[in-house]
Amino acid sequence: MSFISQSSPHAHATNSTQRVMLTVVLATIPGALAMVYFFGVGVIINLTLTIGFCLGFEAAVLYLRKRPIGFYLKDFSALVTAVLLGLALPPYSPWWMIFVGCFFAIVVAKQLYGGLGFNPFNPAMIAYVVLLISFPVQMTQWAAPVNLGDLPSISEALTKVFTGTAIDGYSGATPLDAFKQSESLTVADIYSQKPIFSEAFFAGAGWEWVNAGFLLGGLFLLWRKIFTWHAPVSMLAVLALMSIIFYDGSSESSAPVLTHLFSGATMLGAFFIITDPVSSAVSNKGRLIFGGCIGLLVFLIRHFGNYPDAVAFSVLLMNFAAPFIDYYTVPRSYGHSKPRRATEKVDV
Amino acid sequence: MTAHAVTHQIIATSSQSERKLFPIPGGVHPPENKSQSLNLPLSALPAPAKIILPLNQHIGAPAKPLVAIGERVLKGQLVASAKGFISANIHSSISGTVTAIEELPVPHPSGLPAMSIVIRSDNLDESVTYEPCENYFELPKEQVIAKIQSAGIVGMGGAGFPTSVKLGGRGKIEHLIINGTECEPYITADDILMQTYPQEIIEGVKLLAHLLGNPADVVIGMEDNKPKAFTALKEAAKGTNVQVVAFPGKYPSGGEKQLIQRLTGKEVPSGKLPSDVGAVVQNVGTVYAAYRAVKYGEPLIERITTVVGGALQKQGNVIVRIGTPVADALSEFGFKERQASQLIMGGPMMGFTLETAEIPIVKTSNCIIAPSYAEMPPVAPAQPCIRCGLCAEACPAGLLPQQLYWYARSEDHEKLQAHNLFDCIECGACSFVCPSHIPLVQYYRASKGAIRTEREEKAKSDRSRRRFEFKQERIAKAEAEKEAKRIARQKAAQEAQQKMAEQKAKAPPAAAAPATAESAEDTRARLERALASAQTRLESAQAKHAEAVAEGSDRVDQMAARVKQAELKVQEAQAKLSETQHTPTASTVDTNSDDPVARAIAKAQAKNAMSPLEKAQSNVESLENRLSKAQEKHQQALSEGADNASALLIGVNKLTEKLEQARTELQGLQAESLSSTEKPAAAPDDPAAAAIERAKAKAEAMASMSPKEKLENQIESLTGRIAKAEQKLAAAQAENADTVEALALGVEKLKAKLASTQQELEQLNP
Ligand code: SF4
Ligand code: SF4
Repeated sequence: MSFISQSSPHAHATNSTQRVMLTVVLATIPGALAMVYFFGVGVIINLTLTIGFCLGFEAAVLYLRKRPIGFYLKDFSALVTAVLLGLALPPYSPWWMIFVGCFFAIVVAKQLYGGLGFNPFNPAMIAYVVLLISFPVQMTQWAAPVNLGDLPSISEALTKVFTGTAIDGYSGATPLDAFKQSESLTVADIYSQKPIFSEAFFAGAGWEWVNAGFLLGGLFLLWRKIFTWHAPVSMLAVLALMSIIFYDGSSESSAPVLTHLFSGATMLGAFFIITDPVSSAVSNKGRLIFGGCIGLLVFLIRHFGNYPDAVAFSVLLMNFAAPFIDYYTVPRSYGHSKPRRATEKVDV
Repeated sequence: MTAHAVTHQIIATSSQSERKLFPIPGGVHPPENKSQSLNLPLSALPAPAKIILPLNQHIGAPAKPLVAIGERVLKGQLVASAKGFISANIHSSISGTVTAIEELPVPHPSGLPAMSIVIRSDNLDESVTYEPCENYFELPKEQVIAKIQSAGIVGMGGAGFPTSVKLGGRGKIEHLIINGTECEPYITADDILMQTYPQEIIEGVKLLAHLLGNPADVVIGMEDNKPKAFTALKEAAKGTNVQVVAFPGKYPSGGEKQLIQRLTGKEVPSGKLPSDVGAVVQNVGTVYAAYRAVKYGEPLIERITTVVGGALQKQGNVIVRIGTPVADALSEFGFKERQASQLIMGGPMMGFTLETAEIPIVKTSNCIIAPSYAEMPPVAPAQPCIRCGLCAEACPAGLLPQQLYWYARSEDHEKLQAHNLFDCIECGACSFVCPSHIPLVQYYRASKGAIRTEREEKAKSDRSRRRFEFKQERIAKAEAEKEAKRIARQKAAQEAQQKMAEQKAKAPPAAAAPATAESAEDTRARLERALASAQTRLESAQAKHAEAVAEGSDRVDQMAARVKQAELKVQEAQAKLSETQHTPTASTVDTNSDDPVARAIAKAQAKNAMSPLEKAQSNVESLENRLSKAQEKHQQALSEGADNASALLIGVNKLTEKLEQARTELQGLQAESLSSTEKPAAAPDDPAAAAIERAKAKAEAMASMSPKEKLENQIESLTGRIAKAEQKLAAAQAENADTVEALALGVEKLKAKLASTQQELEQLNP
């Protein structure tokens, strides 16, 4: 009689990587629904295309790398990347652009580095930035929210995506664009003159609800203990603080705090992008620094830079810095009066 | 359920008022699974038919067996004694016969077999009489600790550290912490023990506190999931200074370091011991066993073990004799082997799997789990680490398990140590929470092993580097040393010779048996034991085989294979044994020895053993022998025209002279012996021994000379030889002997050789 031999522990918690990934996807639903409501069917087309392309690329690369396709597809990490990319790209983007984006996300940013767990950069953000630099026109054409005009019909949308036929008057400035483009106006002027603000409740028409949706999803993930509060809270706090400091209402002023927090990719970034564990710092202290620096960078780029939104750039920059943060934030462990630096020599 | 929760609350509040508790980081909450083993009352397992006592049931050196195969032992008899400071005695838990002392599978995470004593029961359960002791508070502490030591008490919570060592330490102890935490799921052995014997435990705590110099803080700590044990102990502790504290459960709050932190807020510095922060932690089971050892003189021969799991018909706690095979305990609980996904000794978090149930329950075995597949399914394949950080949240040591995993995979030993790998207590909390099911602890264990090996190797290479550095120095010293040695050896040989002479006067030389003979004896005994066990096994295998054949069982093949295997083992053992028997166990010094001193001693010894007459005779004989050989050589040299013919001739002449001398001596002696007058013992400056000495000295001198010196020496001797040869030649010419030609040739050849040697020397002297 012989029994199997395996290493302790023999008990395991019931969570799994699949479950973590699926929970993340689930948590995007409120924000995604808000997007569909305000920006129309284009969001659904985006998501369908990114999911199809991303899973396809993932399977193809796994096949080329001779890995078990089913086993790795089932970790659902490609699905998460696909959903995040689909939500980040402007609705009604041309299909080929989405194709290129998915290629960069899955093949270049993830699999070429060795697959899940080995990618130093957030794949969705790599794709976003590559597209933003390569196709700035398409990437800055956001649909106007539903309360500012009619949404394209399904057939219009499909023609636009697959043939490139333009749709009249579907696009409009985002709240952040509005601020960027009106340098001479005071904050009060912008708020009364620009419809994207005059039609809004507290931050920017449509966008405020989309961000509120992602905030809701993020709180759900926090409750499910999918990630710790450190990075998102730190990012939002620094962003808020900076916008308060630089706010004076004049034409030089920063956008108000709520506008910063509830427009653009702020909430999506805070709860779904920078919490991507693979490419962030590892310790809690490290995550505080990581999130705080992203908040700072987002504000600096939005306020002083040329790009209206900055989450993608900031995240990539800090992904780059994450190993350095880790280096200096090894936590103090039991029985040590102070943390040992990862660089410190040890007596072998 | 509600009642349970209420009790929790009561305990929590009452303990809070008594003692401040400190938070510990990390930790997990695996399902407790404790209730299923608490339904049955504590019972005792019948004495087994056979026990297996591994010699290493504790941390430290394995014990040394004191019994032989075939010997009858009683229950409670010491069968193996502690070897060294950190080791423990082992006693038989049944009466019966020792049937084997051999390597057998033992409960150890490595799964490797280890030396064990097997005892077959005679069903009499006859016990040695124990020595009770009432006044232990009055005895010197050392004496009480010695009682604990001789009873073989070790930490029963899992580690198996000898208790007497922990109690005998120096340094002031402020906290005596009794660990009743039992934070691992499934295990309830300590819970039952505390419920059943609260009075004894409190007495034991008082005893240990006394031995440790009555620390100010004496506390029993447990998780608040044991309300019955808590109440029982609380009751028993009334009127003493023993605190009983329950705190909310969290795995691994029962880890030694974690418990100290929980109760005192102190952290044991990395690489240090609890006593360095003034704390001693003892498991409740250990306290109980130590108390019984002192009070009743009982050795550690039984313990409480939880037998639990879905593949059993009933589950509960039993008192088992140490050494009982796991299979015995399992069958008592209705083990359904097919339903078991695995077999675990210890808890599900830190226990290890057993490959067979033929493994004994030892002093540290607190639990045996036979889980069903639903309970503990085989582990899912590992997925990539997504760096979610859940493991870092769970780690009680504050480590970064995901980084350790990363470095372990890339075998970056430096980084692993910088991330304090060696502070990992292998609690398994990280693996427990990991959503990717990565066997993290396994990686850490492997890395720790690799680093330890690396350290050893480094120490080794350091040593060899030092050796290299000292080499130059040594070479410089070598000449002087050799010279000194040579003189010393010469002296030693002389002294030895003298000693032999003296010894001979007192006792026959054979009496001086070398110390190594004893260890040879030991080896033989061990091999004989091994052979005996192998034979017993063979017999039992054959019996089983016969049985199987008779029954027509489908296990015949298997049995036949076992018989084959046993036969092989017997053969092997026999071969080994006969090997040792053939090795000469030299009681006299070996004449073929490599050591010149020993050789000289041996020869001198042989010489001294003879009477002067015999000696003279043998002397003559050997001289005759040598002469004939020398003559032969000379003739040969002459016929070949070899250049050493003349030298040989000189030798022949000398030998002839010597022979003459010896013969006269012999004749004298013979005459003397005829007149029956005894001659005094041989003078120490025996010519033969002297000759040996001379030859030896010469050989040594040659060996220690530099090439230059050698050449010079050669030249000298050649010059001497030439002179002598010329003399001879002249004499021969004068006599007109027929050897003239040969001698002339010899002289010439010698001269040629001298010239070439001189040339060689010149080349050496630039
Ligand atoms: S819990 Fe597992 S997957 Fe998560 S960081 Fe730790 S090792 Fe990686
Ligand atoms: S096994 Fe080691 S690394 Fe893992 S949680 Fe326990 S102490 Fe931390």
